Amino acid sequence: MEIPILKLKNILLTSIQSDMNDDDALKYQSDVMSTLEKSGAKGLVIDITAMDIIDSFMARVINETARMARLMGARVVLCGMQPMVALTLVEMGRELIGVDTALNLDKGFDKLVKMFNEGVD
Amino acid sequence: MIEISEISIDLRNEDDILIARQTARKKMADIGFGSADQTRMATAISELTRNVIKYAGEGVCHIVTGTSSSEICIKVEIEDYGPGIVDVDKAMEDGYTTGGGLGAGLPGAKRLVNDFQIESQPGLTKINLEMSRPHV
Repeated sequence: MEIPILKLKNILLTSIQSDMNDDDALKYQSDVMSTLEKSGAKGLVIDITAMDIIDSFMARVINETARMARLMGARVVLCGMQPMVALTLVEMGRELIGVDTALNLDKGFDKLVKMFNEGVD
Repeated sequence: MIEISEISIDLRNEDDILIARQTARKKMADIGFGSADQTRMATAISELTRNVIKYAGEGVCHIVTGTSSSEICIKVEIEDYGPGIVDVDKAMEDGYTTGGGLGAGLPGAKRLVNDFQIESQPGLTKINLEMSRPHV
């Protein structure tokens, strides 16, 4: 299963689907990195609206992807976390610490644009 | 009148992790568990079945759901025939890992369900998860 990585202006937009297996998740991670390098995008939006389960493995993949992108000079926003997923992650003691988040895609874009304008690190 | 439904899923590769957790979610929805509980149990199953694939290679996930006039209930037994967990107490500690992960799987899964039992010896590891709610 291939996860599309769309480029909109200078932002990469990815939407992760719930049912990706572990190999797909790791492939997604490397695809994002290589697309970042090729496109020279300044921002990355990781949309997880469609994910109805995030276990510790997926949480780690998302967290690492965000940190890798950050190391490559991109700003990252994670958006669209389902309420039940947030509840489960917190109860498990696993939070996606270190990633900027937004309620939905719309607000995620706003947040990124604001980060660009303010030059916030 | 108690109705019981039972299903077993062979765990052989990563895709079976998805099948096991989707099946449990659907079974729970069928008997009236709310989406928070469905997500908790499905996430716990995801953690534990991944351990089976990763550490033992293969195993089985049994899912039993039951409804009575007063209660809805799900029991999940995940077993594998791998090397076993050497130190169960340690494995239940946050951050303890032998596999290069975060060490969040077992203790995380335990926090998500009402009852969590684990028995492990070389050749057979069994983990039982249970969740029940009043039948409304």
